[in-house]
Amino acid sequence: MVYVLLGIGILVCAVLAVVSKRLLISAIWLALTSALVSIILYLLGAHHIAVIELSVGAGLVTVLFVFAINIAGEDITALKSIVPKPIALALIIGALALLVFLVLRAVGVIPLPNAFVTQSEILWQPRYLDLLLQIALIFAGVLGVLGLLADSKPVQKAEVEEEEEDL
Amino acid sequence: MNLPVPLIVLIIILCLAGTGLYCLLITRNLIKVVVALQLIIKGAMLAFVLAGNLTGQINTGQTLALTVIVADTIVAVIGLALAVQVRLRTGSLDLKSLSKLKR
Repeated sequence: MVYVLLGIGILVCAVLAVVSKRLLISAIWLALTSALVSIILYLLGAHHIAVIELSVGAGLVTVLFVFAINIAGEDITALKSIVPKPIALALIIGALALLVFLVLRAVGVIPLPNAFVTQSEILWQPRYLDLLLQIALIFAGVLGVLGLLADSKPVQKAEVEEEEEDL
Repeated sequence: MNLPVPLIVLIIILCLAGTGLYCLLITRNLIKVVVALQLIIKGAMLAFVLAGNLTGQINTGQTLALTVIVADTIVAVIGLALAVQVRLRTGSLDLKSLSKLKR
């Protein structure tokens, strides 16, 4: 019952994040979706990931969204969609049906090792390449933040210079 | 009606991925595109954890989900930075204004 309620909540929040006209409201619905997803992750036994998702997905990413929307401003103008909505809906249903078919076909086919290993052992030994990828991604993120802040400084300097000239 | 938990979570995953893909197809707003990507990535992360839960290897699922969260955050940062720069240079968040950047 809890899972059904959480599922309905996630679906409602996700749809409202998509259909909302204002970007700020959309970001808030997305944060709520993240929070509900983290509850499901906790219930499934992934406690560490639930905490990280709640702090990063619902916290940090929302702050980034609000920051970016404040700089870029709300762009409420209704643009005509690239793909007509009925065709988009039909494509999505077809893709999801194919996904379900492939998942059901793969169930029970993949052999599974039974040895129990801790999360840190997995992270540092068989999946150490993931760590290297994460380091590279974090550097890319730093460059992204620099891009996010890039033009605000020259504009401020130009404004200060104009004010000095006026004085 | 008592549905098994994995089936309910699988339906949630499909709903998240479907909503995100639908938004990607119909929207032309750059920030909305990032929102759609976030929804799809949340579905993928939930799928990793569900697979770990079902196979009794929750730690492997958590490790993969951690990588997905890092990638998800960086995608949001880069996407939003791109959106802000496009807005500052072209005055619009329209996807089609990206083509003006090559001039």
